Amino acid sequence: MAKEFLEGNFAMAEAAVRAGVEAYFGYPITPQTEILEWMSHRMPELKRAFLQAESEVAAINMVYGAACTGARAMSSSSSPGVSLMMEGLSYIAGTEVPMVLIDVVRGGPGLGNIAPSQGDYNQLVHGGGHGDYRSIVLAPASVQEAIDLTVLAFDLAEKYRNICIVMADGSIGQMMEPAELPEMRPLRTNTPDWAVDGCLNRPQRILTSILIDPTLEEIYNHKILDTWYRIQANEIRYKEYYLDDAEFVVIGFGTAGRIALTAIRNARAEGIKVGLFRPISVSPFPFPQLEELVKTTQGFLVTEMNTGQMLDDVRMAVKGQVPIEFYARVGGIVPYPDEILGEIRRLVHGPKSPDGDPRQRWMQRLKDGVITLS
Amino acid sequence: MDAPSQTEIQTVYSRPVSLSNTPTHYCPGCTHGIAHRLIAEVLDEMDIREKTIGVAPVGCSVFAYNYFDFDWVEAAHGRAPAMATGMKRVLPDRFIFTYQGDGDLASIGMSEIMHVAGRGENITVIFINNAIYGMTGGQMAPTTLPGQKTTSSPHGRDVETMGYPLHMAEVLSTMEGAGYVVRRSLHDPKNIRLAKKAIRTAFETQKRGLGFSMVELLSTCSTNWGMTPQESLVWLQDYMIPVYPLQDFKVTSGLDGLKV
Amino acid sequence: MPVKGWIEVNEIFCKGCELCVTECPQHVMALDMIMLTPKGYHPVTLVKDGCTGCGICAIVCPEAALAVFREVPIKTTKIPVSNP
Repeated sequence: MAKEFLEGNFAMAEAAVRAGVEAYFGYPITPQTEILEWMSHRMPELKRAFLQAESEVAAINMVYGAACTGARAMSSSSSPGVSLMMEGLSYIAGTEVPMVLIDVVRGGPGLGNIAPSQGDYNQLVHGGGHGDYRSIVLAPASVQEAIDLTVLAFDLAEKYRNICIVMADGSIGQMMEPAELPEMRPLRTNTPDWAVDGCLNRPQRILTSILIDPTLEEIYNHKILDTWYRIQANEIRYKEYYLDDAEFVVIGFGTAGRIALTAIRNARAEGIKVGLFRPISVSPFPFPQLEELVKTTQGFLVTEMNTGQMLDDVRMAVKGQVPIEFYARVGGIVPYPDEILGEIRRLVHGPKSPDGDPRQRWMQRLKDGVITLS
Repeated sequence: MDAPSQTEIQTVYSRPVSLSNTPTHYCPGCTHGIAHRLIAEVLDEMDIREKTIGVAPVGCSVFAYNYFDFDWVEAAHGRAPAMATGMKRVLPDRFIFTYQGDGDLASIGMSEIMHVAGRGENITVIFINNAIYGMTGGQMAPTTLPGQKTTSSPHGRDVETMGYPLHMAEVLSTMEGAGYVVRRSLHDPKNIRLAKKAIRTAFETQKRGLGFSMVELLSTCSTNWGMTPQESLVWLQDYMIPVYPLQDFKVTSGLDGLKV
Repeated sequence: MPVKGWIEVNEIFCKGCELCVTECPQHVMALDMIMLTPKGYHPVTLVKDGCTGCGICAIVCPEAALAVFREVPIKTTKIPVSNP
């Protein structure tokens, strides 16, 4: 297919259509409403299920119902709406049915604003819903990546019977870029052997997330943990730029990683040997790869659009062996490359220590006026 | 001279096929069991057991799926109508029904039930109204009567601070999307027979695609009301029926001529 | 000849709730206070003759524990035989 000038939200929605999604249930919320609106036109056109639900609470439960029948089902929302979905996500995880969620992340907490942020990392990667479950979380940095990861999300969700979330910064949802949509895939023709669709010619099936006998619940938790380790072993995704001879590494995902790349190219032009490690799967997190990078790196700069959520995972990988610095814009503000370039220079030329709290050092620099916010 | 008359043995009643062989956990005399039995009888008579999917609530009937022999899913508290919507939209030819108590439907699930009725979703809802929260030990429900003592209204429901009971059948019947919304009771054989006919009509409504169908069934909770099963049936008749009249609130004309 | 009815009580299900005892129009049912079901309930049983197989007990039973039967005369039709 040819490259077209596509908006991120539209592209993710149409990518899901091409991947064979059979049911979309959602609710308007900025900055992802375009997904709902495109689906409201496209799904009925293809005679697939679409409904604007009365709330995100209802939407996620509609997805739950459709997913229980073996259908490819999805929803999309933004940060406050995703909070409302947490109960439903926990139930879906407790039933081991596949589903795909697109979260187009905005400023928070609370009502926040409609500008881009990366503040949902913890909510999606480290839980959000109650109980022990882990979702696959993929973070695109471009419209093309958003398309590719949305298609991948359905395959991963079904392969592992796990929730798969595409976590797109608000900027990715709203930007327009040249990108290519995939060919239309045919819809599935068979039904999974766990699906509930009426017991014609077979014994009854029940899909439930209640296991009132704690012994059975423990066994279930072990089972999905085993699945998680299989996912970890097979589904880590990331991209490396200029790492072959890098002495310093910037770590950032999504929009932050993309902006950092421009800064890194500028730094390289100044002779600084810096590279970028950009996680694409933030869950499973590329711990093995970072642990390997520690051996050859003199210092990391973590940059995010939140107050250091991925930072804590990086610190876990680095285990205090190497200095880490932190730089963030939050509340809906998107950093400029020259801000990150300034931080790269500070990391490279300034004093470094593997001790202390990178977040606090960053906050102190803000208070001291060392960093001025544009 | 008359020959000796021949006799034959008729089975007047036998256990419905759509029930499984699992004894229920409900309290002795709980009308949940009657409601379950009536649903199973209707599914047997319509021969739709293999095309039916039930959506279980959170409440005493959270394990309803153990007592029936067909496909079920378990919903989060109050969300059964939303789950049922998701299922009906991808499997429009199956019979999808929810089975919900008064907390599930009229409290936490208020938004979901209002909207399935508003959308005219072709699903059936069996609403068990026993004016109390059974599973969690007898707290006040949106359907609890004024003055009724529960564990969270120990001095009796005070309408000033706790509001009045909610009449769900009346409210939902006002929606254009509703096709069949009625209230029946399970407190004596005559009313149980009428309840069964209503449940049958509700499933016929779904079969004919006539919109949202709901049968509100006045039920007892002898354990949390603190009475014997027989006393609770009398209490239902004396106190609940005056507040929750047994009536047809919405019967769409598409059901004209239906004989059940 | 009066219709003869009888019930079969499935002990796995009967919980001795006595709704059937109260509703039986012939008052021929009561709990068997000597017998215990596997769950420890006293199941219901017929204690007198007179069951007509009306089925009202089964209508009120919350556990579908009752099966109801009756023996009825087969209706014979009189066929007129013309005299030879």
